[in-house]
Amino acid sequence: MTSALAMSQPAISEKVPGLKAQLRRAERLRKLKAIALVAPLAIFLMIAFVIPISNMLWRSVDNSEVMQVMPETARLLTEWDGKDLPSEAVFSLFAQELRDSRTGGGLGRIGRRLNYEDPTFRTLLTQTLRVLPATTETTWSETLQSIHPRWSETETWLALQRAAPATTDRYLLAALDLKRGSDGNIERIEENQRVYQQVFVRTLVIAGGVTLICLLMGFPLAYLLATLPTSQSNILMIFVLLPFWTSLLVRTAAWIVLLQSGGLVNTTLMTLGLIESPLQLVFNRIGVFFAMVHILLPFMILPLYSVMKGISPVYQRAATSLGAHPFAAFWQIYVPQTLSGVAAGTILVFIMAIGYYITPALVGGPSDQMVSYFVAYYTNTTNNWGMAAALGTFLLIATLLLYLVYHKLVNQKQLIRN
Amino acid sequence: MQLTTEMEPLVRFSGVQKTYDGEHLVVKDLNLNIKKGEFVTLLGPSGSGKTTCLMMLAGFETPTSGDIFLGQERLNTLPPHKRNIGMVFQNYALFPHMSVEENLLYPLKTRKISKAIAKEKVDKILTTIKLKEFAHRRPSQLSGGQQQRVALARALVFEPQLVLMDEPLGALDKQLREHMQLEIKHLHQQLGLTVVFVTHDQSEALTMSDRVAVFNDGVIQQIDTPNNLYEYPANSFVAQFIGENNTLPGKIQSKEQDTCQVSFGDGFTTRALAGNNLKSGDKTQLSIRPERVRLNSGHMNLENQFNATLHEFIYLGDHLRLRCELAGNDQFYVKVPVNELCPNLKAGDRIQLGWSDQDVRALDYQ
Repeated sequence: MTSALAMSQPAISEKVPGLKAQLRRAERLRKLKAIALVAPLAIFLMIAFVIPISNMLWRSVDNSEVMQVMPETARLLTEWDGKDLPSEAVFSLFAQELRDSRTGGGLGRIGRRLNYEDPTFRTLLTQTLRVLPATTETTWSETLQSIHPRWSETETWLALQRAAPATTDRYLLAALDLKRGSDGNIERIEENQRVYQQVFVRTLVIAGGVTLICLLMGFPLAYLLATLPTSQSNILMIFVLLPFWTSLLVRTAAWIVLLQSGGLVNTTLMTLGLIESPLQLVFNRIGVFFAMVHILLPFMILPLYSVMKGISPVYQRAATSLGAHPFAAFWQIYVPQTLSGVAAGTILVFIMAIGYYITPALVGGPSDQMVSYFVAYYTNTTNNWGMAAALGTFLLIATLLLYLVYHKLVNQKQLIRN
Repeated sequence: MQLTTEMEPLVRFSGVQKTYDGEHLVVKDLNLNIKKGEFVTLLGPSGSGKTTCLMMLAGFETPTSGDIFLGQERLNTLPPHKRNIGMVFQNYALFPHMSVEENLLYPLKTRKISKAIAKEKVDKILTTIKLKEFAHRRPSQLSGGQQQRVALARALVFEPQLVLMDEPLGALDKQLREHMQLEIKHLHQQLGLTVVFVTHDQSEALTMSDRVAVFNDGVIQQIDTPNNLYEYPANSFVAQFIGENNTLPGKIQSKEQDTCQVSFGDGFTTRALAGNNLKSGDKTQLSIRPERVRLNSGHMNLENQFNATLHEFIYLGDHLRLRCELAGNDQFYVKVPVNELCPNLKAGDRIQLGWSDQDVRALDYQ
């Protein structure tokens, strides 16, 4: 026995040359197979997820319109000190590049971009272009200033200068109701124009409220699901999952039918004599909460249920056998063990709620619209991709922050388990 | 006063019945007294009602009829958290989100015992179970045996008048289980605990208990000391369930007081100790332990001698088991110490088996 051990000892510690290479060769095929299996998903994620999101992030700072259409003017303007009017060279290049911009849709793009700086800029550009002489033999500073007096204002050129760099923070700032003042410092915009801070706060409040209601309603239901006998909990589970069987749009529309002033709820309450006149239940915050909670509740229940299913009822028994009142046993022993489910459900519902668009758009009033509404507005109506992307970026940041918090919580839970 | 408490049982089941579905009784007319300081094991196959009895005692089930008393107090309607009974659960049920120390403090906290005293008690019991340095670990960071000890400590730390254990050693491997059996037994002696222990493992029951109640079919078949249970089983269920046992169906020819003449197989007869309620002419089941059957008994002057065929050797290290055919039963086992076996013996040989009157019992026919 001892001799056998002594014999095998050196064999273990002895390094066999080429062993690593052998292992690599042996593992290579397995690795290739694994890669081949995940490749479709990886490619899909790349195309459908990583690229669009990077693109969105880029668009929130993208300022390349002027740079692309008028590269020379943009280059010279960035060197201009902004005190007096720019040099003749700038005027000359600008006139040339403005003429060239007629082809290839360049004029439309810079026009739209420059309108964000000054809403009359596009008109200025088209007016100037219309009377721009074909000749190159002229002093362009005088010609332009004679075409339109605004070309003799430094402010006009400053606007052009602001639009010249390849990237800008104007969209990101605007999404937070901030802007750069004429001195280049960040300042808040005029009070009557502030929108987005309020919208972000509103979005967080609605998403938080919906999450809280979902938790309060979902926790007892998940507990019931996890503790009922299988035959009964299966039936209950079907009711929980039922909402998934109809389209989001149909369910939202159904709430309008139910909650409107002549709807089922109001007529019932009035027939019962509980109210005199119809309650305003839809096209306001109440309607938004009703519809969103209804749609998001399963996303709270399912993670809670899966965690609760794994908690043995014996813990509560143990606690009562140790002298704890059943309520205390529930609160001190059961609830702490469900926290990972609470965290998962809460984060899931909150992240989904924060990006909700259709439901608030349909059942909410004007003061219930969330950030996504404005994202849709900028992409669909005004074609302002910069603003849409900036709002989207902040939503993404909020979601990522929440995810980090969740990750920390879950890690702590795992520490507890292990 | 002292005298009465010693005379009075600590736990008393009186005519307890339990049914879950209103049709079948899981526990039938249970009467059981447990004295203070006693270690009583409820032993039986699964579904025999032993765990239900324990759960009724703990308060997680209520008796359908009958009464359960703990001391002078009728327990039937008392909720579990007011019973002051310690319980060790099958899979320990240590709270996973609390450290060992917090787990042990929990029953003291629910009893509103001051922090200083509670801490002292926990320290003391941690020393007893030799897990002092693990106080701040989570249960999941402990081995099975350590978790078991913590579960035990948690059920003892508040000094309950009664400790219940529901198959607490089931999840441990054999060696650790045997070690823990002794450890629990020593704790019982050291602390003077009253323990009701549930198991389906008969060797565990025999090792640990003062008395064992053998359950089957919702009824206590026999309640006795381990020794009596093994040597004097009251019926063939107990004889089969406790230890190894050879059975031979037969018929009682005649009966004199506590012995009888039994015929079995093709014209075999033996004398045997007669079980209760058997009379001449009854069918019976002969029960004999493998270690009480003697091999090559010709010179031993035994009353009962038979010829049998040897079929198989089963080597078990310290002893051998011989599978023989006797009176048509080819599952008749004989246990022989290795050094007493004749080396020439081989499968197929005719051998002679014998036993004493005192070692064979005629029990009820099943």
